[in-house]
Amino acid sequence: MAEPLLALEGVEARYGPVKALHGVSLTVGEGEIVAVLGANGAGKTTTLRAISGTVRRSGTIRFAGKGIASRSPEAVARLGVAHVPEGRGTLSELSVGENLRLGAYPRRDRAAIREDERRVLAHFPFLGERRNQRAGTLSGGEQQMLALARALMLRPRLVLLDEPSHGLAPRVVAEIFRIVGELNEKDGLTVLVVEQNAILALEAASRAYVLEVGRVALEGGSDTLRRNESVRKSYLGY
Amino acid sequence: MRRALGIGAWVLAVAAGLGLFLLLPHLVSDFHSRDLARAGVFFIAIVGLNLLTGYTGQISLGHGALMAVGGYTTAALVVHEHWRDVWTIPLAGIAAGIVGFIIGLPALRLSGLYLALATFGFAISMPSLLKKFSGLTGGTQGLRFFESAPFQVTGLTGKVTIFGHAMTQAHFLYYLTWSIGIVGFALAWLIVRGRLGRVFRSVRDSEIAAVSSGVNLAATKTLAFALSGVYAGVAGSLLAIQDTIVNPLSFTFLLSILVLVGAVVGGLGSLPGLVLGAFFVQYLPSISTHVSSRPGVPDFVYGAAIILVMILLPTGAGGLLRRLARPLATWLYTRP
Amino acid sequence: MILAFDWTQLAQQTVIGLSNGGLWALLALALVLIYRSTGVVNFAQGEMAMFSTFVAWSLIHHGLSYWEAFFLTLVISFAGGVALERVAIRPVERAPVLTVVIVTLGLFFLVDGAARWFWSSETRTLPNAFSTRPINVAGVAFSIQDLGNIAVSLGVVALLFVLFQFTKLGLALRAAAVNPEESRLLGIRVSWMLALGWGLAAAMGAVSGMLTAPALASFDQNLMQPVLLYAFAGAVLGGIASPLGAVVGTLLLGVFVNLIGTYVNWIGTDLRLPVALAVILGVLLVRPAGLFGRASVRRV
Repeated sequence: MAEPLLALEGVEARYGPVKALHGVSLTVGEGEIVAVLGANGAGKTTTLRAISGTVRRSGTIRFAGKGIASRSPEAVARLGVAHVPEGRGTLSELSVGENLRLGAYPRRDRAAIREDERRVLAHFPFLGERRNQRAGTLSGGEQQMLALARALMLRPRLVLLDEPSHGLAPRVVAEIFRIVGELNEKDGLTVLVVEQNAILALEAASRAYVLEVGRVALEGGSDTLRRNESVRKSYLGY
Repeated sequence: MRRALGIGAWVLAVAAGLGLFLLLPHLVSDFHSRDLARAGVFFIAIVGLNLLTGYTGQISLGHGALMAVGGYTTAALVVHEHWRDVWTIPLAGIAAGIVGFIIGLPALRLSGLYLALATFGFAISMPSLLKKFSGLTGGTQGLRFFESAPFQVTGLTGKVTIFGHAMTQAHFLYYLTWSIGIVGFALAWLIVRGRLGRVFRSVRDSEIAAVSSGVNLAATKTLAFALSGVYAGVAGSLLAIQDTIVNPLSFTFLLSILVLVGAVVGGLGSLPGLVLGAFFVQYLPSISTHVSSRPGVPDFVYGAAIILVMILLPTGAGGLLRRLARPLATWLYTRP
Repeated sequence: MILAFDWTQLAQQTVIGLSNGGLWALLALALVLIYRSTGVVNFAQGEMAMFSTFVAWSLIHHGLSYWEAFFLTLVISFAGGVALERVAIRPVERAPVLTVVIVTLGLFFLVDGAARWFWSSETRTLPNAFSTRPINVAGVAFSIQDLGNIAVSLGVVALLFVLFQFTKLGLALRAAAVNPEESRLLGIRVSWMLALGWGLAAAMGAVSGMLTAPALASFDQNLMQPVLLYAFAGAVLGGIASPLGAVVGTLLLGVFVNLIGTYVNWIGTDLRLPVALAVILGVLLVRPAGLFGRASVRRV
């Protein structure tokens, strides 16, 4: 069996003296959408941070055959991992266009970048209209789409999505997940998404992991998890 | 049992400190006693600045100028009004406290860098102001105690007799400065541990949160300025008494910087390391000159030492002491 | 009755003020650049510029022409700025702000000491960058040197503007300064951007120093200390977070200080800076973020 695109084994992470992950193991295969579920404080965001290198971590993290557990965030990004952080990570002082351009920062293939920009704007036409606006003036939903568009500009091999639904209206959230699904189907975009909204996440993803107190408590296909009694009670509300 | 041990350790440390304070001048030469007295001046100013910057989060680059207010108040009272030098100390503190309060007023509208600029402007202007109002301040020449009011200077004629003890002038200055320093330190310690300390820290950590808890921001900030001003004034007064002379060059911007460096090296927002900060600021220049007295090298060494200390101890000596004490404190105060 | 106002003098003093202000503005820009990326005012900026000026002097002393030495010094200063950032600032990147402030104060002493160590304290001169002949513009005599200084200052500002607004590197520098964490996620090596910023700031300071020195009869290691004060004051007046503000603020300050010195007699050279600072303070009380700063509303 081919090695998965992303593999975590026994990953621990800490914020200062406080340990947030106590040995998390998961895999993401190329072309998959995988979800990470769990309550507040379970360690979902920390898991993404461990992958992108923005938190102190130890353990094994392999991406595209390379170990990345000791690399800096810049290095991980340059390998093709686009981390869309909690709160979108919009560079609010810069314009929309500048945000997009920075998405492709590590790349040098100018013609391909221009083509990508066209494709991205086709998905999100309003970004083209607002190109010279300060990114901070966009609404929450628009910023989330900008963040996603910016991630796509990297031509990433893996997108880490942190709580895309956070603070957004249901209609907007649905649209975002629809676009993510479309990108996954048409372009084979690989996504690891962290979500509190388990219903949405399980609809979009094919597999999921449930985290509790910094450990993987459950894992399996979306359908299986949806039917799981404890998952239904704790995260699906019925 | 452990609590008793903890308290016992505390008492021992304080006793050792006091013992050292009492005995030190007898262990070193007269010349060194003067140096130690000078370090005491820095200590008092640093404690005051720490209350303002470390605990209330208001930066001040103007403490040298506040010291000037205290020093010149003492000098003016001694030379013009013929007061005895030591009795001027409280008044010098109050005068500087008032000026500190006045500076605190514009501080209400400014913060961070802009506050730094305002206090910096005050510090820069002080020498010029002192030269301008020469009637009171003696202008560029300054005021000399010996010439104008010799009998007001304690200990001028050789030995000083305090409480029946005779001692040299250097020892007297040392004990005077450090006694006041210990009192000031104890006072600061009480403030920091008490309600006012908490109010100060709440302003430092989050003004918005502080206000929503009912803290009067304006009163707190100006009080912090006034309080640290009193300390600076007392320090400046003691400086004048030690030197028996004041002139505009005694209180340049460099002095403000030295006090700030001492406070940061000592550890902002904590008290124990401040003594080390005072010694650092007092002794580093002379150590640098010892390395080599070729022009420029002392400054070079001085700057390199400051940078090195900050790299190794980003939170100052106080931060290091806290890190060392943590395992001990944890052991003492957690239930087995 | 026609007001017998000497417009010629006003024009001349204004140009002189702009010339001084322009050189201060370069240092102010350097301060803003570092302030935006590191969050501190680099107290050593003036001494670094002074050091560069002495390097230029030595190069000229060894036979280079003024402009040859000028450009070589720019390169050396850039490298020096990068080196200082790597050695002294990088280790305290995550320390509290005041710690970094103290480090820059340490750098002040270090660089100043080094300059006094490597070169004696006797005064020396730098050849003129521009000819000192007067030139006639619309019937008023101006010095070519003043006009040259203004041109160079504006030219450097324009170059930087182009760098920051129109190049990929400039974009990355801006992003790293304002959002370092998010920028890392985009693959920007934020740490090196900081070093680059210090290099650029050092180069700008060098320009300031190398143009300030020739205008004086002679200079020594104290050359840039007043310039730093005026640069700091001007940058705060314009708004320390805004490069445009810093430039305009310092130019205004230059004109203001010169005009005040010319027309108000009791403000001798001693009180020029305190008066300027007092005025700036007045402005800050009305507009706390400076003339062009964007005040974040925090009325508590």
